[in-house]
Amino acid sequence: MDAIAKNHSLSFSLLSEHNTNKGISILRVVNLTKRFDDLTILENFNLTVSPNGFTVLIGPSGCGKSTLFDLLTGVVPKDNGAITWNQHRVDHVGRNAAYMQQKDLLLPWFSLLENAMLPARIGKADRVKSEIKARGLFERLGLAGFENYRPDKVSGGMRQRCALVRTLMFEYDLVLLDEPLSALDAITRYSLQSLLLLLQSDFGKSILMITHDIEEALLLADELIVLTSAPMRIRRRFTLASPKPRRMNDPFLIDLKEHVLELLQEDL
Amino acid sequence: MKYPAVFSMAAILLFLFLWEGACRYYQVQDFILPVPSRILTVAITRSALLAPHAGVTALEVLVGILISLAVAVPLAILMFAHPSVEKALSPFLIASQAVPVFAIAPLLVVWLGYGMASKVLMAAVIIFFPITVNLLQGFKSCDREYRVLFKLMGADFWQSLRLLLWPWALPHFFAGLKVGVAVATIGAVIGEWVGAQKGLGFLMIQFNARLQTDLVFAAILWLSLMGIILWFIVGWLENKIVRWKFENKIPEKDRN
Ligand SMILES: Nc1ncnc2c1ncn2[C@@H]1O[C@H](COP(=O)(O)OP(=O)(O)O)[C@@H](O)[C@H]1O
Ligand SMILES: [Mg+2]
Repeated sequence: MDAIAKNHSLSFSLLSEHNTNKGISILRVVNLTKRFDDLTILENFNLTVSPNGFTVLIGPSGCGKSTLFDLLTGVVPKDNGAITWNQHRVDHVGRNAAYMQQKDLLLPWFSLLENAMLPARIGKADRVKSEIKARGLFERLGLAGFENYRPDKVSGGMRQRCALVRTLMFEYDLVLLDEPLSALDAITRYSLQSLLLLLQSDFGKSILMITHDIEEALLLADELIVLTSAPMRIRRRFTLASPKPRRMNDPFLIDLKEHVLELLQEDL
Repeated sequence: MKYPAVFSMAAILLFLFLWEGACRYYQVQDFILPVPSRILTVAITRSALLAPHAGVTALEVLVGILISLAVAVPLAILMFAHPSVEKALSPFLIASQAVPVFAIAPLLVVWLGYGMASKVLMAAVIIFFPITVNLLQGFKSCDREYRVLFKLMGADFWQSLRLLLWPWALPHFFAGLKVGVAVATIGAVIGEWVGAQKGLGFLMIQFNARLQTDLVFAAILWLSLMGIILWFIVGWLENKIVRWKFENKIPEKDRN
């Protein structure tokens, strides 16, 4: 097992901590610290998301991933540390990042289209233009014809697609995804994973995603970060250079999956 | 699924039947307890007398409800927006409920006279509490994640209120309104008992003094009908407006 791990370390171009500071970044987090009473969630946590990159965080449940997103969006104040957005120091990126989570958070009194257009409506964007954009996205994400349905009339997968359209209606470059597909069944999840790839390839977004599904991480990530629990730290960082869309029958991914699984199990 | 309704209808019919039978069997005099069939007959044949007064009472109740809404809705919004206002006002709200409102009915008549105003205020005061409290509770019941979503979309307070909190609170609001309209009629009638020149409550006092017990019961029947009709109107409005019935539709999933 050790030998395999060493092998992987070479072939996966394992990055060391100081590489964080190299290159341009859209989002950089330095020495982020957060405690809830005497529970330290984050201590001197560092992270970089490169422009148009797809960074995936995977780690034990309860290790503080969602809390990291709360700090990034400013929903919860950070205790310490710096957040840099496009080389500028900011308190949070709540107004620069679109956020999507496991719950679709669609409002039951609005149709799917009205739900998707909420960011534009609240941002007082041009109604006609944003409706054209939203309808285009409905077409693109396989929701055409369901614009006027209420959320409770469609499947969980369609609701999540609608939440994805809403996420895309934010005119932001960074997209934070907190286990966006984990409430869906395997087949629906698979089809939505390819839509998540569109975020990067067709819409030019930079993506920071949390998942607990190793295969999902391997299929989507440019950079895969394995986290430890309490306090949350980066255990390993892998760069995956193979082209997307990927398939899990790739021997490289199969080996990597084993390796990541081991890393996660060591933490239990 | 219709069985409960069938059972309650049967129970009501049985009750009326026993009432009618017992009165006839024991030859109870009409001024003590009239038989249901007579009450129904009187309620219909004397409708020319009852209707204008019922109209007055209904108007008092409706205006009372509107005034109550006009104060309760902004107040609930204010208390939600500023918890300090809620803290400051909650003793008054609770007091407005703890003081039995008929206790202030004589005062209202002294202050506002024998006309409709005192009865309107009476009805308004009675329904004010359930509406305010339910609406506030409705605003507060909105899930944190939705509020965070709106914050991230950059929504200001009024946008959140209009697009999220108000629709969210509507079912609570209607629950409060249903309770409210059922008791608002009681408020108006008590106001009329204390002192009035019109209204079903005023009529009841007159009939009672003349031992026209069948007419007293007929007035009560009209009052009950009014309460039921109001209740159904609110239910109809609720069905029209709260079409999504979201209480069961948003699964409460744990944060992951
Ligand atoms: N507002 C809060 N107050 C206190 N503890 C919290 C709060 N939010 C999260 N936590 C705790 O922080 C830890 C990490 O939670 P979370 O970030 O949701 O984990 P993950 O998303 O990695 O599963 C958990 O132990 C959780 O109980
Ligand atoms: Mg989480």
